[in-house]
Amino acid sequence: MIDFELEPQVVNRLKMYRMVAENVMRPISREYDEREHEEPWQFFETMWAASTLNDMQPGPEPRSEGGKPSAPRFRNLNTVTTTEELCWGDAGLFLSVPNSGLGGAAVMAAGTPEQKTRFLKRFSEGKPKWGAMAITEPGFGSDSAAVTTTATREGDQWAISGTKIFCTGGHRALDKSEGFVVVWATIDKSAGRAGIKPFVVEHGTPGMQVVRVENKLGIRASDTAAIIFDNCRVPADHLLGSPEVRREGGFKDVMATFDATRPIVAAMAIGVGRAALDFVRDFLKEQNVPVRYGVSPRRLTVVERDFMEMEVQLQAARLLTWRAAWMLDMGQRNNLEASMAKAKAGLVVTQITQKAVELLGPLGYSRKFLLEKWMRDAKINDIFEGTQQINMLIVSRRILGYSNKELN
Amino acid sequence: MVDFQLTEEQQMIRDTVGAFARDEIRPAARPADESCEIPADLIAKIWELGLVRGPIPENYGGDDGERSAITGAVVAEELGYGDLSIAIHSLAPRLLAYPVLEQGTDAQKAAYLKRFTGPAFVAATAALMEPRWDFDLTDLATTARREGGGFVIDGVKCAVPLAADSDAILVYAKSGSGAGFKAVDAFLVRRDAAGLKIGEREKNMGLRALATYEVTLDKCKVGADARVGGEKEIDFSRLMSETRVAFAAMGVGVMRAAFEYARDYAKERKAFGAPIATKQAIAFMLADMAIEIDAARLLVWEAASRLDKGADALKESYLAKNYVAASALKVTDNAVQVLGGHGYIREHPVEMWLRNARAFAALDGLATV
Repeated sequence: MIDFELEPQVVNRLKMYRMVAENVMRPISREYDEREHEEPWQFFETMWAASTLNDMQPGPEPRSEGGKPSAPRFRNLNTVTTTEELCWGDAGLFLSVPNSGLGGAAVMAAGTPEQKTRFLKRFSEGKPKWGAMAITEPGFGSDSAAVTTTATREGDQWAISGTKIFCTGGHRALDKSEGFVVVWATIDKSAGRAGIKPFVVEHGTPGMQVVRVENKLGIRASDTAAIIFDNCRVPADHLLGSPEVRREGGFKDVMATFDATRPIVAAMAIGVGRAALDFVRDFLKEQNVPVRYGVSPRRLTVVERDFMEMEVQLQAARLLTWRAAWMLDMGQRNNLEASMAKAKAGLVVTQITQKAVELLGPLGYSRKFLLEKWMRDAKINDIFEGTQQINMLIVSRRILGYSNKELN
Repeated sequence: MVDFQLTEEQQMIRDTVGAFARDEIRPAARPADESCEIPADLIAKIWELGLVRGPIPENYGGDDGERSAITGAVVAEELGYGDLSIAIHSLAPRLLAYPVLEQGTDAQKAAYLKRFTGPAFVAATAALMEPRWDFDLTDLATTARREGGGFVIDGVKCAVPLAADSDAILVYAKSGSGAGFKAVDAFLVRRDAAGLKIGEREKNMGLRALATYEVTLDKCKVGADARVGGEKEIDFSRLMSETRVAFAAMGVGVMRAAFEYARDYAKERKAFGAPIATKQAIAFMLADMAIEIDAARLLVWEAASRLDKGADALKESYLAKNYVAASALKVTDNAVQVLGGHGYIREHPVEMWLRNARAFAALDGLATV
């Protein structure tokens, strides 16, 4: 039965996240936006200690022996709602929370049960750690099948060579903790997509070096690393899943990762958008500017119309996002819906935050308030984990029934 | 608990009404638009689906089914997918029946509901809109003042569907006390009541097949028992939320019709040696349309779900309807654009859907769940 109401337990859980967002993230939000590249260690320790917060692994429901999904726990739906809450606090800090991150998502999507245990165990013990994922290279972004980084089998090792950029959390995963990065490299260039495989590269592995941490428009608390792999050797069993170059598989695992993570990025956007919307709502209230729901649109002021438009667009994006996550929880393929949610959320939240700055004029533009920061933070959601355009391309292919070759 | 799945019964209703819309309603849409007339036998056939009778209790001859705004939205979307004029026409009796069913006195239910459970379509309607550019539901110009034992209604209504064929019209009027929604009451007015005049059939840009009329109430006297709910105030806000959900759901249906037509055309039509759908300029328009359809439907369902839970849905239904008003225009306009010059020609239905889609921003209160 159609229902959009979260269970009371979930709502209660969200209240806890809201407290973290409000009391832990917001107070340092501006500080770590200004002090880019500095590490909010106290925040890291706090978040790490609250180990329940690390239970945020996206991906399909783990399957029991019989192949049936274990009882529906709405893991992905929980993840998107908590993500929204934390990004309402601060998206840059959210991306900095020590956890298995996208690296963990890749392990979950492509790894064997043994690999999942081996690589992910560390995230529930010891000191704060980060997991990261490296796909993008200087020569390509959206065209993620164009991987030029190579992995060559030498004895019982893989030797990885190439340059990866835009790796979120890469610096902290490799240089600041006992973490790892999942690197996508080709083991057989002639096999195209099928030859692209994910490898776990541990911190401190010789031949791997973080050479740069980027300066960015927003999400400045989050580190974005450039990493060079020069004959970097990892054990054979660090290749996630099967080394077999199948026609179906390999690259498909990257896509499986995206189906699970795109709703999360959409939820990130929604959190930032809601922060801006709440700010504007409170501001209008304080200024005694009414927002009259139910009144003929022709009688509304421009401010009212703008505000309502922001609000309904945000809710549209939220519902699309919840649907995409819910489908994953139900064991349904959500490739189309995940891209719909990501495309919509990235776009509308970019617009919502930009409109919010406009609505408040000089106050919106001032760094005295966080509104301008949210506008800068929001934009990343329109870009990473598949740009607006790549997600539109995926939606297009799915609704038209076209292959990558037929529509590119 | 969050759930994006319709019940089995709702899916069955969607399949049945959807197939009917595709096979029976759609072929009739263009001729009806051109001739400004809907074939009576088509209306009779839709009537047989029991879409009005469903939630009316057994003792009035109805099916005693559960009344659900979600189910109502599903039905409205499918009918809207067939044709908007025909959808509004065939569900118009709900405009009088459902407010009485939900908020009427026992005497009113006994007097009015039975007529909607017979084998033949019986026209009925509601008069809500007024011919003003800034017409507003919270500020009606039509008034009802107490006089003697009853009420005297004054005002001019427009866009009243099927008024000329309806024996009774539900007239919304400001009854004096209170402000905003609270000030509005609904009155059951017989068509032959003194002071009620039904004007010429209106001519509109779209919805050409739908017969709508201006209705003038000039010192129109009705008894105290004509006020829906009697002395108990009606929940006008809820009634309007229900109309917005229904109309918005029809809008989703119109969007879907336009999207599917444009999508199929784009896969057939070739330019520069390949189907135009293989070009991103076209494909992205279609992708945007698909996203807007799903977004709009979810917003409508969210408002409907609140109604089904008995929660206030004023804001949600309002925002959903406004969202549809904008997105239906965009989607149907895109459909015309995808077809290019051919989209402008009346041989294809997309120009009709563009004209019809503008109704969602211009009109209100034409359907209910």
